[in-house]
Amino acid sequence: MSDFSEELIRSKTEDDKEESCVFSGTGMSFPWLQKHIGTVETGGKKEKDFAQTTSACLGFIQEALLKHQWQQAADYMHSYFQILEDSDSHKRQAAPEIIWKLGSEILFYHPKSSVETFNTFADRMKNIGVMNYLKISLQHALYLLHHGMLEDANRNLSFHCTYIPHLLYPFILQLLDYREVVHEDDYAYNTASQNMFDHSWKTSVNLRALIQTPGVWDPFVKSYVEMLEFYGDQDGAREVLTNYAYDEKFPSNPNAHIYLYNFLKREKAPREKLISVLKILYQIVPSHKLMLEFHRLLRKSEKEDHHKLGLEVLFGVLDFAGCTKNITAWKYLAKYLRQTLMGNHLAWVQEEWKTRKNWWPSFHFSSFWAKSDWKEDKALACEKALVAGILLGKGCRYFRFISKQDDQVLRKKIKQIKKSVKKHSVVNPGL
Amino acid sequence: MDLEEAKEFRERCTQCAAVSWGLTDEGKYYCTSCHNVTERSKEVINTGAIPNTKIQAINRGLKRKRKLEKGWDWYVCEGFQQILYQQAEALKTLGVGPELKNEVLHNFWKRYLQKSKQAYCKNPIYTSGRKATVLEDNPSHSDWDSEPDLLSDFSCPSFVESGTDSQPDGHTPKPFPISKVSQSETASICSGSLDGVEYSLRKEKEIVKMTMPRTLAFCYLSLLWQRETITLSDLLRFVEEGHIPYINAFQHFPEEMKLYGRDKGIFAIESWPTYEDIYKKVIEIAKFLDLPRFPDITEDSYLHPNILCMKYLMEVNLPDEMNDLTCQVVKMTGIGEVDFLTFDPIAKMAKTVKYDVQAVAVIVVVLKLLFLLDDNLEWTLSNIAEKYNEKNKEDKPWFDFRKWYQVMKKSIDEKKQKWEEARAKYLWKSEKPLYHSSIDRAVVYKRREMVVSLQKQFSALVDSAPTVEKKSPSSFQFNWTEGDSARTCFHGHGLQGILKKKGQSLTTKNSLYWLSTQKFCRSYCKHVTTYEESNFSLSYQFIINLFSFLLRIKTSSLHEEVSLIEKILFKRKYGKTKKKSRSRKGRKY
Repeated sequence: MSDFSEELIRSKTEDDKEESCVFSGTGMSFPWLQKHIGTVETGGKKEKDFAQTTSACLGFIQEALLKHQWQQAADYMHSYFQILEDSDSHKRQAAPEIIWKLGSEILFYHPKSSVETFNTFADRMKNIGVMNYLKISLQHALYLLHHGMLEDANRNLSFHCTYIPHLLYPFILQLLDYREVVHEDDYAYNTASQNMFDHSWKTSVNLRALIQTPGVWDPFVKSYVEMLEFYGDQDGAREVLTNYAYDEKFPSNPNAHIYLYNFLKREKAPREKLISVLKILYQIVPSHKLMLEFHRLLRKSEKEDHHKLGLEVLFGVLDFAGCTKNITAWKYLAKYLRQTLMGNHLAWVQEEWKTRKNWWPSFHFSSFWAKSDWKEDKALACEKALVAGILLGKGCRYFRFISKQDDQVLRKKIKQIKKSVKKHSVVNPGL
Repeated sequence: MDLEEAKEFRERCTQCAAVSWGLTDEGKYYCTSCHNVTERSKEVINTGAIPNTKIQAINRGLKRKRKLEKGWDWYVCEGFQQILYQQAEALKTLGVGPELKNEVLHNFWKRYLQKSKQAYCKNPIYTSGRKATVLEDNPSHSDWDSEPDLLSDFSCPSFVESGTDSQPDGHTPKPFPISKVSQSETASICSGSLDGVEYSLRKEKEIVKMTMPRTLAFCYLSLLWQRETITLSDLLRFVEEGHIPYINAFQHFPEEMKLYGRDKGIFAIESWPTYEDIYKKVIEIAKFLDLPRFPDITEDSYLHPNILCMKYLMEVNLPDEMNDLTCQVVKMTGIGEVDFLTFDPIAKMAKTVKYDVQAVAVIVVVLKLLFLLDDNLEWTLSNIAEKYNEKNKEDKPWFDFRKWYQVMKKSIDEKKQKWEEARAKYLWKSEKPLYHSSIDRAVVYKRREMVVSLQKQFSALVDSAPTVEKKSPSSFQFNWTEGDSARTCFHGHGLQGILKKKGQSLTTKNSLYWLSTQKFCRSYCKHVTTYEESNFSLSYQFIINLFSFLLRIKTSSLHEEVSLIEKILFKRKYGKTKKKSRSRKGRKY
């Protein structure tokens, strides 16, 4: 008996409920009530079977797509088109987008479909609504790109570019992402597509005007600058970037500074300049990975305030949870602390440590971290141990734990650490 | 252009002084010699109190130019008549006798027209108004252009007819609200039929307004009168399968009957008919038409529970031997009596029997009697049957509930799946699109074109061998044949495993029973009981689901019917205690 009653139970959960019941507290069911409740949404009108058909059809299409059953999906799609004639205007208006998404998906994968079919479909869908026109055009262009038909995609876009350029920009975004993500390494592809853009953009003054209006235009700026660099217009590029980064009208945007910095780096600008750019970035995003680079620059600099800032920056980076396991940061800190202390700048260290001594020990140097770090990355643990020892003295848990560890490879290192700590520890036994 | 109709006009032409007139498309007179168009339009000259019906109007074929499209003038009830005609034809194709169409249905329809005062009576009505304002059945009323006087009359409290006949019997004209039907061609409210707009606004309490679902009610009444072998669930299933025109039936109207505007709401239905709904309408219409007692349903009619039970037992692949038990139950509950079964609309509490649902409910009761359906006993009995069948392969096998369950579950799941898929793929919209007015006509046509072209494109992607399942209509949804190893047929199986001897007769091994409903609701709601699935055993749920799918009814309806049968069967129990009852049933063979 067991198997089949189980089967009954199983099938019960699989079966669709013929009628959903409204449950009241006393366990009574009012199946007829559910029907009326369902009409609240539709303003009192019972849902017609037409609506039931279309929603069931949609469900089947989605299922078929998930299972990659393109034939089935096309079959249901055939019936789904009737939603374009739905008497319910809401559904009718929402229909083209859904149809486009599903239809393009099917046509993309279906073995019998071809570029011509896709083109026909796209053209038809474009004619359904103005708002859809551009969106569909863009995705159509993407599809063509994917099939390597750059010329057609180009033609597609440039036609629109001259037509309604200011509407296009948000959509170009997607195209750019696609280009970068998918074809980063393909130089030939990149240049070919680059040409495509150049053709459209170089003559378009509007893009420049666009970038000058306050806003966040990261991808455009990036690509525009790339283009300018490609054509050797370094001054133009610099101007654009500087403007983008420093113009007060623009919202504060760390990326702007990053772009500028990278550009200047490529240009091999003087260190001073680089530092000044990164200083602003430091103020906006002290935890950015470029901060380590910033630190290096500061370290190499000849000015003393830069050295002080360098220490600040390092501490600042390690304030953030995302960087706690960054071995480079710890390495730098360890090294730099030694350097700083050897340079008799104890005051700097103390200043930095003042605000941190209450929370860094449990944040970085707890015994939990000691064990965990040692297990995960011994080198990291050593660096941290050194820092801990210097800042907290050799009595601190972290340092003690690490120094007790016996590891073949790192034995020498640990010895060194012990020595350094002894020499440089900031901790005053009297405190 | 019709000289015949213009010959009454006897004035001289202002330009050429000839007396030779014709009628333009707008109904205005023009001189045939100089083609001078006058402003005089054809007025009604010969009215004659002909109690003609609208059907005659269509036969006369007035070919006046209509608002948006050329075509005939037609009334909404003519449209319905067309549809009924189509449905009757379809029924004829299904094997129903021709008397249904020619006599029964036709008479019902005539009676309806009479009762609703649309035709076959002295003063048919077809204008709006709270009270029945009477107008002569005057075809020229259709031509609003030529009767500006008529509308102006609406404003005065006492209504004066433009025709010759004054109003006879005491229908005192009363002031009534004017229906603001614009005359212009680009009216936003318009309809292809003459009275489409007004029809959809009409709201008289005593009159039953004709709708698409009611056409099926008419069909069923005719079938019932003729005692044909088509039950209501069969009828509705044929509609679903497309053997009887219903959805988009208007597509088969003659070319000249143009449909648009408000007609859409009347004729273009976008929902399947449901059993419960049509059932209600059947009673409603029978009462409205004052029909007499229907022909008797006796033991040899198809609709008698004994026969229907047999039919359904076969269909659901249950043993023929169960038929004896169903007959027993029928006898004990008295639901096989002629007076109970025959439909009598005039009776005080007019109700007709849901023949198919009742038969199926009887089978459910029998299954409960035999197997208890408590998720326990049925499986135990199955074990016994299985053991016996293993040992005695030569004898007639004992009916094994488990095996039956397996076979049926598989079949019903397949059928259900196909049914759901067919529903999801159903194309509702007619080939020729319906539009509301001249404004959205172009849009609607364009949309249709778009949809058709998209469909064409995608149908090319689908397998070129489509499963064209235009099944031939059949009363049976399942067919079981002996000797089919894949799908066991249980018709010939024996019930020995579940019956035992008791003296001279046999009784069920199972001596217990549980009632589907402990207490019946007596309040104003229309339901006597509810069906909360989780309160019942899984076997019972399966059985209920199986049969309700078969008949395409709600599970709660079937459950209710089962409860009602049990109420009669166990009336003593219901009278006295409220606890779950046990009963011993004796079967006499």
